[in-house]
Amino acid sequence: MIPRYQKILFAILLVASLAMGILLWRLREGAHKRLLAGQSTAPTAAPVVAPAEQATLIAANDLDNSLVPQVHSLPLPADPEARARAVLGKLLDLYAVPESTHPVPGGAASVSQVFLMPVSGAKNRQDPSHQMAIVNLTGSFAAGHPSGLETESLTVLSICATLRANLPTVTQVRFLVDGQPRPSLAGHADLTRTYLTDDTVPTEGNKQ
Amino acid sequence: MRWSKRFRAAVLKGHGFDRAEKRRVPHPFRRKEWDTTNPHRTFAIVVLTTVLSLSLFAQNPTPQTPTPSPRFVVVLDAAHGGDDTGAHLASGGFEKAADLALSVRLRSLLTARGIQVVTTREADASIDADRRAGIANHANAALCLSLHATESGSGVHLFASSLAPAAPTRFMAWKTAQAASITRTLALAGAVNSALTQAGLNVTLGRIPLPGIESMTCPALAIEVAPQRDPEHNITAEPDNPDYQASVATALAAAVLEWRTDPQRMESRQP
Repeated sequence: MIPRYQKILFAILLVASLAMGILLWRLREGAHKRLLAGQSTAPTAAPVVAPAEQATLIAANDLDNSLVPQVHSLPLPADPEARARAVLGKLLDLYAVPESTHPVPGGAASVSQVFLMPVSGAKNRQDPSHQMAIVNLTGSFAAGHPSGLETESLTVLSICATLRANLPTVTQVRFLVDGQPRPSLAGHADLTRTYLTDDTVPTEGNKQ
Repeated sequence: MRWSKRFRAAVLKGHGFDRAEKRRVPHPFRRKEWDTTNPHRTFAIVVLTTVLSLSLFAQNPTPQTPTPSPRFVVVLDAAHGGDDTGAHLASGGFEKAADLALSVRLRSLLTARGIQVVTTREADASIDADRRAGIANHANAALCLSLHATESGSGVHLFASSLAPAAPTRFMAWKTAQAASITRTLALAGAVNSALTQAGLNVTLGRIPLPGIESMTCPALAIEVAPQRDPEHNITAEPDNPDYQASVATALAAAVLEWRTDPQRMESRQP
């Protein structure tokens, strides 16, 4: 024999369950209608193409151990990090062609990322006039780079000088390979130190 | 007591003790006897001490003209070795072998000219940069030549450290010890450049960060032998070519001999 109060409780719980089920169903329908109403049926916006700008590339020459400025027109993004990567990509594209004066395989894909950060130890860490660029190169680029004091140094110095020429706020450069510190590029050029870009900019009559 | 009487008697006699008496005197009194019995000697010592002290104070403080040290040690550092093969040369060999061959060849030439040579390696051994610098510094070398070979570029590449010159100090930071010698290093680079050019070799000069060399306290250069090329940039000799290496080694030996007598060698030496 079921007591009366249990029958009443069961009836109340049943009614409450049904009411909650109906409420959930109506809420679901309402959310679905709002989603359909907010969905844009317009075509996706066309990608923004950066306008072509003049970029100065400091290209290396193995035959006379020199760094020579070259001006090229290429699309440059507004974001400084993307801009730095685009400029370095173009520089390494120049080195990848067979008739290059500084032949290095790899091309633009050899630069994975370029990060810009305030110079450590600066009085004002928000000072945008002194930035350090962290250039992350691919392991395949380092593995395929010709080995030698001159050729490796020219690669490193031309990257530093090119960054300085196009991003004057970059005063220091450090290198990573596949996101990790590496003792040298291909056995000679030291990648553990911080390079000062002021020391790498070629001046007239004083190459390299 | 007996000794005091004898001592006083000897003083009164004015001629000190004879040898037989001296042997009998106990040790603590011998010095006293020497001081008191010979006033002329004591006076002479006092005068001499005074003169010596005055002469020390009166020394001229201006530095003396440096004179070439009779000890002239050259350190030859064949780069790489062991697991570190260095560059792969077009001839199929490794840079480490070409470096060692050039080091052996140059060592023979210098030794034949009476120059003491210390090498960082004589075999295919792996030596880190700090150890190489330690060998050069321990040898108190007059100069160090770090020998490299490469497949890129042409002729001979001379590299000095890019450190800014610094005044020599008694204690120098390990990683920038070369800064005190950088002026003499550049003078050495001039001598080597001149000798290589006279030998008909194409030379390029540069200043770059050189981790091992920057810990050396002596004038030090990195010398990288690249392929020899004709005016059309075609390779005429690989860096491990024996004849090419012989011409480079002969020119380097001539440069070292010239540097040995160069007055700039002794300028601004570290203390």
